[in-house]
Amino acid sequence: MHHLKITNLSSAYGKNVVLTDVSLTVDKGQVISLVGPSGSGKSTLLRVLVGLTPPTGGTVEIQGELINYNSKSSIKLSRDRMAIVFQQYNLFQNMDVMGNVTIAPIKIKKRDRKEVEAEAEDLLERVGLADKLTAYPDQLSGGQQQRVAIARALALQPDLLLLDEVTSALDPELVTEVLDTIRRLASDGMTMIIVSHEMGFVREISDQVVMMDEGRIIERGLPAEIFDKPTTDRAREFFGKILRH
Amino acid sequence: MLERMANEIPRLFEYYSAIFLLKAMGTTLLMTLVGVGLGFLLGFVIVYLRQTPGLFWVPVRIVAITYVEIFRRIPFLVILYLVLFFIQAISPNASLFTIATIGICMMAIAYTSEIIRAGFESVPRQQIEAASAMNFSRWKTLINVIAPQSWPVIVPPAFAYMVSFIKDTALVSQIGVVELTFAGKVMNNRGYSALLVYGTILILYFLLSYPLTRLGGYLEKRFASSKDN
Ligand SMILES: Nc1ncnc2c1ncn2[C@@H]1O[C@H](COP(=O)(O)OP(=O)(O)OP(=O)(O)O)[C@@H](O)[C@H]1O
Ligand SMILES: [Mg+2]
Repeated sequence: MHHLKITNLSSAYGKNVVLTDVSLTVDKGQVISLVGPSGSGKSTLLRVLVGLTPPTGGTVEIQGELINYNSKSSIKLSRDRMAIVFQQYNLFQNMDVMGNVTIAPIKIKKRDRKEVEAEAEDLLERVGLADKLTAYPDQLSGGQQQRVAIARALALQPDLLLLDEVTSALDPELVTEVLDTIRRLASDGMTMIIVSHEMGFVREISDQVVMMDEGRIIERGLPAEIFDKPTTDRAREFFGKILRH
Repeated sequence: MLERMANEIPRLFEYYSAIFLLKAMGTTLLMTLVGVGLGFLLGFVIVYLRQTPGLFWVPVRIVAITYVEIFRRIPFLVILYLVLFFIQAISPNASLFTIATIGICMMAIAYTSEIIRAGFESVPRQQIEAASAMNFSRWKTLINVIAPQSWPVIVPPAFAYMVSFIKDTALVSQIGVVELTFAGKVMNNRGYSALLVYGTILILYFLLSYPLTRLGGYLEKRFASSKDN
């Protein structure tokens, strides 16, 4: 059984079709990277998975269970298993770091506060922010905020972590710290779908690279295959551009 | 004329006159606080209903939006008369104070709900999506994420509205509620010179509004500074 199985998934914003027949499987412990030009539907795919954008067709199974995106309770169950981190961190500005990380486990999952806080401290230490527990988001750098956002997602104890261009809003010198955090997660066995333009990083960390274009998957395979011998012109053109930069 | 006014001053501050004026001032204050306070709570409810998602709630949204759009556009005096006739039809013993307060409240709902809505909408949508992706319900998102961030946007205009509404309550004298303006008329009819009476009334209105303005300013500052501590 696959950890996540996406079959012929489609989605649209009104008449604008942005995902067409996307099929993808992710096994436990795998890191899958989504690459592709801007507007190719990478973010939309992640948004559909967590129920922020409705699909127009296809199915998603997580650990063998079909998610019904028309049902609130089914979406809830899927969100218990998947956590998403956004490009712009989207931290709650009215809460300090500890608050951001613990609020959902305490208020939504109704877990014991002491236990959650102890875990949160561990998590924040893992992402290198043990000394920032009482800082507010606007007192942190972008890289620090993004690491808080990752800790917040991990505090939900997800089976699958979705990372949407988590480094592209960051200054170059802050990128490394966030990538290090993700590397550590990967070596801890976290299952992840990563959207990224950091091709070196993608190549190093991914078990599989999936390239999207205009809402479709046009190429997939091991990093070496994709980067070194892309089969489509579109992919060649894309990598040519990106790698030349 | 000045001499006449000077002679009247001691009489104006006689026990009964003073009590009469202070009571009227209390009425104005109470009507405003209760009316706008309740209006604020119900305005909150209206906003919550307006922002319900999905087809199922369309009728509720229509009612909420229609209410706000209508009541923001009709003059307060008209609302007041409507409330007066409507309430007297169903409950002839209702006091004028109650009727006036209900009128104020109905008006305040429409205005404060717009203030509250603007406050809620000042919170970035991405934070709301983040909450929703973490399984926050609409209510929990509102209480934990939206409301705490929108108070600083809501409080200043809310106070400004309340202060300006104190003036509008003068219209309530039209249906015979003994509030400040009405008290002024009564005193004037009792033979005090208009200038003296309305001068006093003016000062009393000021005494009501000024502390509220200051309180609003204070809260605004506190919100501003609580962000960077
Ligand atoms: N909220 C929205 N409403 C309407 N159209 C949208 C919305 N969000 C995205 N789109 C459109 O959907 C398409 C796919 O967008 P998406 O954000 O998924 O692309 P992406 O691959 O993540 O791009 P990027 O690399 O720039 O983040 C684009 O054409 C975009 O214009
Ligand atoms: Mg994107």
